[in-house]
Amino acid sequence: MTGPASARARVTAWRPSRWSSPVIVGWAVLITFALTAGPILLAGANPIAAYGEFLVVPLTSRFSILEVLVAATPILFTGAAVAIAFRAGYWNIGAEGQLLLGAIAAAGVGAAAGDLPPIVVLPAMLLAGGVAGAAWALVPALLRVRFGIDEVVTTLLLNPVALLVVNGLLHGPWRDPVTGFPESPRIAAAAEFPAFLERSRLHLGFVIALVIIAAAWYVVARTPAGLRLRAAGLSPIGARFAGIDVSWVVFRAALISGAIAGLAGVSEVAGIQFRLTSGLSPGYGYTGIVVATLGSLSLPGVALAALFLGDLTVGASSAARALEIPSQLGAVVQGVLLLTTIGLIALRRSRGGTTRRPTLDPQAPPDPPPMGNGEAGP
Amino acid sequence: MVGGETSGPEVALELRGITKRFGDLVANDAIDLDVRRGEIHALLGENGAGKTTVMRVAYGLSHADSGEIRVNGTLVHVRSPRDAIAAGIGMVTQHFSLVRPMTVAENLALGRSGGLRLDLNAARRTAADASMRFGIRVDPDAIVGNLSVGEQQRVEILKALARDCRILILDEPTAVLVPQEVDALFATLQRLVADGLGVVFISHKLGEVRAISQRVSVLRRGRMMGTVPGTTAEGELARLMIGRPIAGDKRAAPTHDDAGGGVGDPRGVLSIRDLRVAGSHGTAVIDGLSLDVRAGEILGIAGVSGNGQTELVDLLSGMRMPLGGSVVVDGVDVTGLGPAEMVEAGVGRIPEDRHASLIPELSVAYNLVMERLDEFRRAGRLDERAINEHADRLIERFAIKAHRGDRVAALSGGNIQKVLLARVLSRDPKVLVVSQPTRGLDVGATEYVRSQLVARRTAGAAVLLVSEDLDELLDLADRLVVIYEGRIVGEMAVGDADPERLGLLMAGRGAAGGAAA
Repeated sequence: MTGPASARARVTAWRPSRWSSPVIVGWAVLITFALTAGPILLAGANPIAAYGEFLVVPLTSRFSILEVLVAATPILFTGAAVAIAFRAGYWNIGAEGQLLLGAIAAAGVGAAAGDLPPIVVLPAMLLAGGVAGAAWALVPALLRVRFGIDEVVTTLLLNPVALLVVNGLLHGPWRDPVTGFPESPRIAAAAEFPAFLERSRLHLGFVIALVIIAAAWYVVARTPAGLRLRAAGLSPIGARFAGIDVSWVVFRAALISGAIAGLAGVSEVAGIQFRLTSGLSPGYGYTGIVVATLGSLSLPGVALAALFLGDLTVGASSAARALEIPSQLGAVVQGVLLLTTIGLIALRRSRGGTTRRPTLDPQAPPDPPPMGNGEAGP
Repeated sequence: MVGGETSGPEVALELRGITKRFGDLVANDAIDLDVRRGEIHALLGENGAGKTTVMRVAYGLSHADSGEIRVNGTLVHVRSPRDAIAAGIGMVTQHFSLVRPMTVAENLALGRSGGLRLDLNAARRTAADASMRFGIRVDPDAIVGNLSVGEQQRVEILKALARDCRILILDEPTAVLVPQEVDALFATLQRLVADGLGVVFISHKLGEVRAISQRVSVLRRGRMMGTVPGTTAEGELARLMIGRPIAGDKRAAPTHDDAGGGVGDPRGVLSIRDLRVAGSHGTAVIDGLSLDVRAGEILGIAGVSGNGQTELVDLLSGMRMPLGGSVVVDGVDVTGLGPAEMVEAGVGRIPEDRHASLIPELSVAYNLVMERLDEFRRAGRLDERAINEHADRLIERFAIKAHRGDRVAALSGGNIQKVLLARVLSRDPKVLVVSQPTRGLDVGATEYVRSQLVARRTAGAAVLLVSEDLDELLDLADRLVVIYEGRIVGEMAVGDADPERLGLLMAGRGAAGGAAA
C-alpha cells in the first residue's frame, strides 16, 4: 500500500498544526502592504490613501459595512469547508466545483418551487445544495480513502468540470427562452433568501454561514468526533493506532466539506443572483483556501479572515472608483497576502526545526486550545 | 599552535565556557571540554543533559551565547558546519544526512564543494581510496537507501573522514545498531584513534562508555560534572550522571523465581500459530512463526532487527494484516483484527516508534484518553473535567513530568514513553506487547519503565518483550526465544542463556539446541 503512505507523507509535510498565529498574520499584513506599495504607486495612487480605501473606508458607512458582510458570506462558507477538510488532513482544493454544484441544485429547486411556501422551499434548496456539493466531493474522497489517490489533484481537476456542467446547462436546457442569454430561469420568490435589513443586500445566507461556523467550531473543539478529526489530521498513523477509523473520519470530513461548499453556492443563488450564471463565483472556492490558511484553520479564525477579505474586496472596488486604480489590485493584495503568510509559516517552521526540543519554542501553540474551558462551554 | 593557553599540544579540540540558552532554559552552562588526539572521549549524560547541544555548537549547527572553540590551540569561529569542516571537525548526527537514492560515491562527492563538473569516476576512486585507507568497508557503488543502518553510519563516518576531519563527533552512534554492528563500530573507532583521530562519543549507556573510551566527561542538567578516566566504576559514573547510584540488579532476582507461573496451561494467554505476515514489499517477512506467552511471564524476543520483529508487533497492534495463521488472546481469536478490536481484546501495545503511537501535537490529557473517547463523553460532548481528572491521576501514578495540557511533542523521550505506558497500563491489559521500551531513554526513565513491565508480569499479564538490548532481555525476561528470518529458531530459559549461543542463533548459525515447538 504505497499509495496511502505517500499521501500521508505529504500530509505530514504540510501539517495543519501550529499554523499562523495572530503575530504571523500581523507581520504578513505589514509585509504585504510594503510589497504592494510598488504596484499601487505604478497605478498612480498614493499607497497610504489606497490602503485607507482598501481597509478603512468600507467600514465608515452603514451601506458599505453591510456590503462587507455580503462579500464575506460566500467565503465564510468556503473557508469553513476548506478548514474542516484540512483539519482532517484532507486537502480539498475542490470547494469551487462543490460550490457550483450547490448553485446548480439551488437554481433547479428554486426555479421549480412554484407556489410552495418558503418554509418548504428554503430547506429543500439548502438540502439539495448540500447534497450536491457532497456528491461532487464523493468520488475524490472515495479514491483517496480506498486507493490513496491524491485528493489535491482530483478535487482540483473537478473544478473546471463543474464549470463545464454549469455552462452546459446554461447554453442548453436552462438557456433563457426569451432573451437567449445563458442564464437559468429566475428562481421563485419563495426561494429567495429574505433580506432582513432595509436598503441592503445582506441576506439569510450570512446568518446561515455564521451558524455553520459556530456549529463546526463546537463539533471540532468540543466533541469526541471533533477530537478524532483533529487527531486524524495531526497524525494519521497515531490516530489509527489509537483505534480511530481514520479513513472513515477523513471520508466524512471530505463530504461535510463538500456540503458546506455547496451551501455557499445555494447562498449566492438564493441571496444575490436569484439564478444560475456562469459568473456566479469569481473563485470563492479558491478564496476559501486563503481564508482557511489566514484563519490558521481554526473556525473563529476563518470568520475573522473572511470578514477581513470581505473588507478588502469592498475596499478594492471603492478604491478603484475613488482613486482610479484597477480593481484587480484588490486581488493582487489578496494573493500577496496569502503567499506572505505561507512564506512566514514556512520560515518559522524551518527556524523552529533546528532546535531539538519543541518545548523551548517560546511561542506556545495557538491551536487547538489544549485543555481547560471544560466548564465554559456554550 | 598559536594560542597561548592550551592545555598541551595533544589537545585537538578545546571548548571553553560554552553557554547556550533556549529561552529560560540553560542547555549548556559554561561547558569546558578538551578532546585529545588519539583518544575516544565519551560525553555521558541523561537525555536533555546538553550533550548533543554542546556538540552541535562545536559543529556549527547551533550558536553558543558565549564561549570559545579552539582547534589545535587556534581560536576558530564556527558559524556553520562548513567552518567546522574547514577546521577539521566532523560530526555524525543521529539523523543521517545522506541522500538515499544516490550511491555511496555520489554521497561522498556531495560533501565536497567546488567545480561545476562532477567527475563521478574520481568520486568513486576517492570513495574506494578512503574506504581502503580508513579500513571502513563500503561498496562505493551501493545505493545508500539499500544499506543497513549500520552501513549508512559507516558511510557518514567515511564522509567526515574523507573531508580530512581530525576530530570526529558521534552522537549516540550505537542507538541504531545491533550488537554485532556495535562491535564493528568500536573496532573501527579504535583503529582511527590509533592513527591520531580524536573522537567524541556521545552516549548515555554506561557499559559502552566504559568499554570504548579513554576519558569520560559527564554532563548533568547542562553543567559539566567533571572528566574522569574511562576505567571509572559504573556506579561512580552513574552517580555523576544522575546524582545517585542506579538500583543495580535487584530486579533480576525475582524474575527467575516464579518463571513457572503459568506452566499449567500449555497454551498461553497469547498464542500464535503458523503466522505469516507480509512486509512492506509484499513478501512474507514472518513465515511460520509460533509462540505462546503465558500469564505472569515475560517472553523476550531476541534477534537482529529486520527479522520480522517490527511486523510481529505491528500485527499484534492491529496495524498490519496477516497472510495466514492464527492469533488467540485469552481464548478469543483476534487474527486480522484492527487496533480498536485488539485493545478491546485486552492487548496493550507499546511499539518501538512511540511518536507514531501518539498524537504528538495534542495534549497529554487527550492522548491518554484517545483509545477510549466514548467513555469520556457527556451529553454528546467531550467531558473535559473527566479527561483532566483522568490525566492528573495517571500523571501522578506514572510519575510523568508534564502538565496535562502540554503537547506530547514537547516532552522528553522518557516522558513520552511514560504517557504511552500510562495509556496502556491504565486499562489493565491481559497481554502486553512491548518493543524497544527503553531505547533512547535515560537511566532513570529506563529503570522506571522496566519496573512497570515487571510489575505487570507479577500482576499476571502475559508480556511479549521485543528488544535489541540483550542485557534488557536477560534482565527482564523469564524465557527467551530467538527470531531469525521470521521464525523462532531457538528457545531457552533466561537462566540457561549465554551470550555466545544467543549471538549464534541471532546470526542464523545455531540450529543447535531447542527449536520452538
